[in-house]
Amino acid sequence: MSGIYLHIPFCKQACHYCDFHFSTRLKHLEPVLGAMHQELRDRSGEVQGEVATIYFGGGTPSLLKADQIGAFISAIRKQYTVKDNAEITLEANPDDLDESRIQAWKQVGINRLSLGIQSFEEEELRWMNRAHNQQQAHSALALMAQHFDNYSIDLIYGIPGSSPEQWEATLNTALGYNPPHISAYALTVEENTALEHMIQTGKSPDVSDTRAEDDFKILMQRLDEARYQHYEISNFARDGYYSKNNSSYWLGKPYLGIGPSAHSYDGRTRRWNVRNNIKYTRALDQGESYFETETLTDRDRYNEAVMTGLRTQWGVSYHRIREEIGPKYENYLKMQAESYIRKGWLFEDEERLFTARAAKFLADGIASDLFMLNLE
Amino acid sequence: MKHIRNFCIIAHIDHGKSTLADRLLDHTGSVTDREKQDQLLDNMDLERERGITIKSHAIQMEYVYEGETYVLNLIDTPGHVDFSYEVSRSIAACEGALLVVDAAQSIQAQTISNLYLALENDLEIIPVLNKVDLPSANPEEVTDDIVDLLGCKPEEVIPASAKTGLGIADILKAIIERVPAPEGDPSAPLQALVFDSVYNPFRGVETYFRVMNGEIKKGQNIKFVATGKKYDADEIGTLKLKQQPKQKISTGDVGYLITGIKDAREVKVGDTITDAANPTTQAIAGFEDVKPMVFAGIYPVDTEDFEELRSSMEKLQLNDASLVFAPESSAALGFGFRCGFLGMLHMEIIQERLEREFDMTVITTVPNVSYLAYTTKEPETPLIVNNPSDLPEPSTLSHVEEPYIKATIITKADFVGNVMSLCIDKRGQITGQTYLTQDRVELTFDMPLAEIVFDFYDRLKTVSKGYASFDYSPIGMRTSKLVRVDILLNAQPVDALSALVHFDNAYDIGKKMCEKLKELIPRQQFDIPIQAAIGAKIISRETIKALRKDVTAKCYGGDISRKRKLLEKQKKGKKRMRQIGNVEIPQQAFMAVLKLND
Repeated sequence: MSGIYLHIPFCKQACHYCDFHFSTRLKHLEPVLGAMHQELRDRSGEVQGEVATIYFGGGTPSLLKADQIGAFISAIRKQYTVKDNAEITLEANPDDLDESRIQAWKQVGINRLSLGIQSFEEEELRWMNRAHNQQQAHSALALMAQHFDNYSIDLIYGIPGSSPEQWEATLNTALGYNPPHISAYALTVEENTALEHMIQTGKSPDVSDTRAEDDFKILMQRLDEARYQHYEISNFARDGYYSKNNSSYWLGKPYLGIGPSAHSYDGRTRRWNVRNNIKYTRALDQGESYFETETLTDRDRYNEAVMTGLRTQWGVSYHRIREEIGPKYENYLKMQAESYIRKGWLFEDEERLFTARAAKFLADGIASDLFMLNLE
Repeated sequence: MKHIRNFCIIAHIDHGKSTLADRLLDHTGSVTDREKQDQLLDNMDLERERGITIKSHAIQMEYVYEGETYVLNLIDTPGHVDFSYEVSRSIAACEGALLVVDAAQSIQAQTISNLYLALENDLEIIPVLNKVDLPSANPEEVTDDIVDLLGCKPEEVIPASAKTGLGIADILKAIIERVPAPEGDPSAPLQALVFDSVYNPFRGVETYFRVMNGEIKKGQNIKFVATGKKYDADEIGTLKLKQQPKQKISTGDVGYLITGIKDAREVKVGDTITDAANPTTQAIAGFEDVKPMVFAGIYPVDTEDFEELRSSMEKLQLNDASLVFAPESSAALGFGFRCGFLGMLHMEIIQERLEREFDMTVITTVPNVSYLAYTTKEPETPLIVNNPSDLPEPSTLSHVEEPYIKATIITKADFVGNVMSLCIDKRGQITGQTYLTQDRVELTFDMPLAEIVFDFYDRLKTVSKGYASFDYSPIGMRTSKLVRVDILLNAQPVDALSALVHFDNAYDIGKKMCEKLKELIPRQQFDIPIQAAIGAKIISRETIKALRKDVTAKCYGGDISRKRKLLEKQKKGKKRMRQIGNVEIPQQAFMAVLKLND
């Protein structure tokens, strides 16, 4: 089973922290969509079996018209075998939501929304340069909860200048709507973003690890009390409401990424499309190459399985490593994990290795220590 | 003999010595177009990259001048104070020297000290004003500087550009007309000066020599006077761009000798070669056993690589006899070697060659000089201290002596104040101040050698905006008030980080070391206290706070490859670190004490 990810590389305005590929020059929208349809047609042969999830990400896919979204879904249904009850998600910005659009999205087949709320604090929203305000955050969420059973909201914590109390207030506000799924991200300073520039020039205080950790603890505590499953570092869900699309990334399942900058993975080879709307469109127009690929070695696959597995509640599967990569990798993993198990930062059962709650915020560093390098 | 000219080039780094040598080779037709490359004589990659000469080289050119063919032997010398002994032996093999001065930068300290050496050896000096084509050149003023310094006439200074070829014919003419032909007695017993040797993995050690008296023949049984060892001259010849075997090399000429020697230590620069059966009664004056000036521990990053490191060091020693080492062990680092170097540059070169030529990643510990410690028990018997951990306990210590040097610094008048305060800060005592020209001042200081090791060159460069040059020579041992500053990481002493420093600076250095280590040691999964101590007394403390967050927020389809590579890099970096107790310490932290003011 596979997922299809469609990257809609356009936004009305740039959020200060974002380093995803997008452009605010909407005049290129039509040609890019055309090229994406071309890519979908060209690659239908790559997918084995049924498509279980379709995901519109970005950028801001909610700036598309409903029929543009519908055109993609029907094209996929025509050219691929889509599973019954497939999860079809649309990322949406609060300022794009209204009654009629929600109806239209449902009509064309969207059955899950992911809403970029980020914060309920007016000041924080402005500081991040979000397109919506506090009031829109509330109304959009209310509207979505009314129409969708399966949805998620995005929140951001560790914002410089804000307090743990403000974070807790945002969380409580969100919980008041009883969302089935919450993604909560520590604010990260990415390269070549406005945020990085603001920090370097002293216009904004830097993000703080200590603050982020404090907020993360509040997050785990509150959502645990509210009976959410902490199924990935930044993702929490009620039973049965995990994001199937995103989970496939962490479980090493294949996915097809369509659109500029989108990544694909077939279990062996990863490919990524050019991160430029014009180059992407032109290349597809003229039948030229627009992507690069990388074939993963067993060692790469082992490292990725450890890295993604330790982020999730499913842990790293010994079975999968043994069967899909090789027994020596399983042995190596157990050997490397030993000291961390003794320290209580990792724990295991017969079949899996997990990150302990207290060590979750260090999961990358631990994963790196469990990696295998070519020298060994 | 009257058609031989032996000469060397004296120049400061970057004043164009190697380029000038290239041009002379060109002009005399000693290289074919196919053989041409920049810095022909610097055949180590390291030499080309750094633009400095580490080893001495020699090359023979033939040049027809006024109908007569002359043999010109150019002996290229190293350009750094660490190798001043080799320079002195090369100079002793010549009758003349080209004094190459950059027309923009004028005369530098290194040039002057080598010039004095040349004058002491009665060499004919031919001043060359190089780089006159540069827009920044200041030929009139620099010519005046040279005239002041040498007492020569302005018209004797040859304007040249090694880059464009200007002046090359004039230089060759001057070499033939002004440098005296060698003198010597062709019928006397063989007496030849060893001025360098290089190691060839296939042929063994190649010895470079200059015949002072007599002649050397192929197959002759010869003897090295200082080592007393005898060999057969399996092959002798002259040094063109490639070696040219000959049946004999006569008085006054320069050549190479191959005897099957496999260990560079058997050939000592400055030694005299003579006939084994009919030896000369006189060894050539000036021979010295080169002594290391700076000591440091070299340890493998991975303890398992100790034997491999040993064999790498042995191989390196085969071709660099000035490197000395003895096994030692450190509580923190395990087994390694205490190594002696000619100076800091030499140390860097060895470390770099270990990495490049032998693929050995090593940790070099804080360098120190060689001290003499006297205990209260045996106040007459000095203890040689080449490693801070060898310093006796304060309770049993009577006093310590440390090596002093005479430092010569030439700078612009504007920077005299800055240079003086730096040297005084480095425990220097000023002994002289001479205006070489109106704007150029020579300052001399008596200074502890140890202060040169610690972060001196960089600071000198900074305080003088690059307009200072520096040279030194040892002047013996003096009593000093020294203490050992120990560093504790996570409450464990790390012997490899200990340093011997003057008591007056100990608190300041201890504090700075803690701060520097805090900067260099990455945050880890727990708090790490760093302490500096003298004996049991803690003099400074810092804490590396534990890493609180080590996970990225997002890990979706597009993030996975990038993130995996990042974490792989992180792990590779860690593998280059040394684990002491449970703390991972990066290589450069062991040298932190050298960079306290960065």
